[in-house]
Amino acid sequence: MPSESVIVPDHTWLAEMGKSSGENASICYQCKTCSSGCPVAFAMDLLPHQIIHMIQMGLKDEVLKSASIWLCVSCESCTTRCPNNIDVAKIIDALRMASIKSGLKLGEKRPSIFHDSVLLSIKKTGRLYELGMIGIYTLKSGDMVSNIKSGSLLEDAKVGWKMFKNGKLKLIPKRIKGRKEIKNLFKKLKRGESA
Amino acid sequence: MKVSYYPGCSLHSTGLEYGQSTKEVLQILDIELEELPDWNCCGASSAHCTDEVLAIELATRNLVMAEDAGLDLVIPCAACFQRFKVAEKHITEGKEPAIETPYQGKVPIKHLLDFLVEEENLKVIKEKIKKPLNGLKAVCYYGCLITRPPKVTDAKHHENPQAMDELLSLLGMEIYPWSYKTDCCGGSLMLSRPDIVAELSGKLIQMAEDAGVDCVVTACPLCQANLDTKQAVISKNLGREVRFPTFYFTELLGLALGSEKVGKWTGKHIVNARDLLKSQGLL
Repeated sequence: MPSESVIVPDHTWLAEMGKSSGENASICYQCKTCSSGCPVAFAMDLLPHQIIHMIQMGLKDEVLKSASIWLCVSCESCTTRCPNNIDVAKIIDALRMASIKSGLKLGEKRPSIFHDSVLLSIKKTGRLYELGMIGIYTLKSGDMVSNIKSGSLLEDAKVGWKMFKNGKLKLIPKRIKGRKEIKNLFKKLKRGESA
Repeated sequence: MKVSYYPGCSLHSTGLEYGQSTKEVLQILDIELEELPDWNCCGASSAHCTDEVLAIELATRNLVMAEDAGLDLVIPCAACFQRFKVAEKHITEGKEPAIETPYQGKVPIKHLLDFLVEEENLKVIKEKIKKPLNGLKAVCYYGCLITRPPKVTDAKHHENPQAMDELLSLLGMEIYPWSYKTDCCGGSLMLSRPDIVAELSGKLIQMAEDAGVDCVVTACPLCQANLDTKQAVISKNLGREVRFPTFYFTELLGLALGSEKVGKWTGKHIVNARDLLKSQGLL
């Protein structure tokens, strides 16, 4: 019987990820260039090269539950520097989508709530309405409570108030004429027609 | 000269002074801006994390408008610029999944910085300098998305970009070499993981201080916002008061071109940047 530490590679997921991201993770030879240049590596539970290796091994749930895929800031350093031209950032995007689809508990939920809040705003008006987005994000993420506890709410409020006074945060959203076109783009997303 | 203009959402809000200074500078340079008539948000970081097709379609709707206008498209926001280039490459290179669109890929998509350092524009800038910014020491901070990935942005020097260095040197500024030109500020984690943003932006501010310059100059609304608004938290983390001025490159360009509005723009920053200009006798 194999010991518990032996991983029997399962290539089904590798193929699935290849299809959804358009990138071939199997050509990675673990040089770690991606992780060396990753600005968020210090905060990650799995490093980018480990994620790629785990895709090769078929460790689907472990990757989809990781906080790292949500901490990636899409700075594109990994994509730019990969000696095998693997678009690592694009793979991370595909992992985020797969993670949402899987229904697994997200390793880090706040960036995902942020993206949802941004997209909701765009869907409604055609543009990003910052004040509305911040409101939705703060309510959904529960950050209001944690920020009060940590005392950072006061600091945020000071910055926010100065921005508001300077006309940087508008009270009324700008609604574009082509809102219907934008809504249709989102409808396709809802029906699952998009990849 | 006339160009199409896509301000993007930030230049009407958190990066208001970037939008205002861009318009002023281009007016001084006699470059007419034709804002895309009914532009929508490019989807920024959030659309491509959620759905590839949606991200490309949001950007492409704007590109179709720009193609109708038939002019070069100038974009000051690094994130918008990069999303437009992603959409362009996706469509012109016939990538999967295929996108249904009339867009033919004919629009020259230019980040404002790259547009301004085109030979012809640099010549006009040089002629119109009224107030050289001699003595002002800075590092140029380009951030991620003006240059990366180069297969998308078509950047010539993606690890060591030169456009801002060239432009600000022309204005008389003393530009210091800096290893952090294209490091990340923390980008869109601003609200969701401000701790990470404070860490990354904090490092950038410290490295600029160590370089011995007076200020950091940016070309992206998200970079400027992260560097400018997080300094209270950065101060707390470092256990000392950090008040380091940041600028949009267009604010300094406006100053050199004799604009009277520089005080108004820089007055919108969280960290006082006006006093630096005053102390150098520039404002």
